Amino acid sequence: MKLTLKIWRQKDAKAKGKMVAYQLDDVSPDMSFLEMLDVLNQDLIDKDEEPIAFDHDCREGICGMCSMFINGRAHGPDREITVCQLHMRSFKDGDTITIEPWRAKAFPIIKDLIVDRSSFDRIQQAGGFISVNTSGNTQDANNIPISKYAADTAMDAATCIGCGACVASCKNSSAMLFVGAKVSQYALLPQGRVEAVDRVKNMVAQMDLEGFGNCTNTGACEVECPKGISLENIARMNRELVKANLIKF
Amino acid sequence: MSGFFNSSIGRKYAMALSAFFLIIFLIIHLSVNLTSVFSKDVFNEFSHFMGTNPLIQFAMQPVLIFGVVFHFVMGFILELKNRSARAVKYVKNTGSANSTWMSRNMLLSGGVVLAFLVLHFIDFWIPEMNVKYLQGDMSGLLSDGEGYRYYEELVHKFESPLRVGAYVIAFVLLALHLLHGFTSAFQSIGATMGRRKTVQNIGKAYSILIPLGFIVVALFHHFNH
Ligand code: HEM
Ligand code: SF4
Ligand code: FES
Repeated sequence: MKLTLKIWRQKDAKAKGKMVAYQLDDVSPDMSFLEMLDVLNQDLIDKDEEPIAFDHDCREGICGMCSMFINGRAHGPDREITVCQLHMRSFKDGDTITIEPWRAKAFPIIKDLIVDRSSFDRIQQAGGFISVNTSGNTQDANNIPISKYAADTAMDAATCIGCGACVASCKNSSAMLFVGAKVSQYALLPQGRVEAVDRVKNMVAQMDLEGFGNCTNTGACEVECPKGISLENIARMNRELVKANLIKF
Repeated sequence: MSGFFNSSIGRKYAMALSAFFLIIFLIIHLSVNLTSVFSKDVFNEFSHFMGTNPLIQFAMQPVLIFGVVFHFVMGFILELKNRSARAVKYVKNTGSANSTWMSRNMLLSGGVVLAFLVLHFIDFWIPEMNVKYLQGDMSGLLSDGEGYRYYEELVHKFESPLRVGAYVIAFVLLALHLLHGFTSAFQSIGATMGRRKTVQNIGKAYSILIPLGFIVVALFHHFNH
């Protein structure tokens, strides 16, 4: 396949970036999107040009690093996949593909397509945990009865990989799907209830502090999330926050 | 709770509560309007009651005005804040792949409804206030004293095709506003959990039937007289 790539190039956090066009003449439809970029980078290195910086790690859809906004969509076309799971067969010979970094004030660009997602880490550190020492004194898992519904729903929420596609695709750059998932995975389980009040308050406060926008329920996040995290998690977080404020204000 | 209403989620709650209030108000308003299609006298009685009852005039009406103003001021504030959360826009952003037009254009549809509300105020409310409180005529009667004036005034307003056209356009935009807004408000207060489809279906019915009702009343009087 012959492709034209329009890619955001930005030297460092402070530089003014711009879209740069590249040509690739021999792309196999069996390549993954990242392999295609590897080929382009090899070309650039051979020509003594600066390769394109992009995040990636596992290349199998579990780490959430591969953040790219492809042809106007987080992780490109196709549902419930990350960029490393996207293949060139999803494009046609002769296509022009635009590739941009996640855009949000709370995800500042480090270089080219790499953004700083440590705002997610800080939200997680504000309450996305349970304060138990789990080393060496683990008790039997069946000591605490948990309903099938709660177990399944909490597990669904816990599959969030923190990729930030929800923020990237939201017209408001809202992080509520991510935070909703993180709040829910604990709120649904008895072990998580113990610290539920402070958790939701602190995580939402940190989310607001980081400069994410406010959810207007467009549902774009749910469509673009590689893990199919449901909007119900946002509804649950909203409820949890009201409950928390009624219990402790 | 003040901390709550300063949080992003708290503001969404406040937005949803004002929207619920407007949703209920529309039902009441349409009910009164619909009577005008069936009976001139019933419509007149209702209008006179609504227009002169002190509870409605001095308690409900200020609350309503506050509700509307709160809703669109809050809507503007949230929209501006949300825009500033993405300083650099995407070169290419395919919003239609993951969200409805309605959900991305609430400010536009709301803005048209707001423009209509201004027109509506000039059309109905300001003359009402003028007659009742400035001229002090609380009787609600026609100038010749032959029965109530409300029905005649309504019919007169809907003579102009321009006004009826504007009216229809505004209510189509209101329908679009509600097609996203109705479910959105329930989602904001966390009431969609486990029943999203049901809320969506009720929302669809409400968003189409209520504006359609207003349109039918306008067209009825336009073509019937
Ligand atoms: C009778 C008239 C109106 C009704 C019934 C109505 C209804 C609604 C509803 C149900 C929502 C969703 C609330 C939520 O997501 O929690 C909403 C949101 C909104 N409305 Fe209205 N509205 C009306 C008038 C207006 C007006 C005059 C404006 C003026 C600009 C406006 C602007 C907005 C905005 C900006 C939003 C937020 C958008 C969003 O959250 O996605 N609305 N409205
Ligand atoms: S909710 Fe989905 S889109 Fe958002 S960070 Fe988690 S996995 Fe990524
Ligand atoms: S590289 Fe790990 S999810 Fe794509």
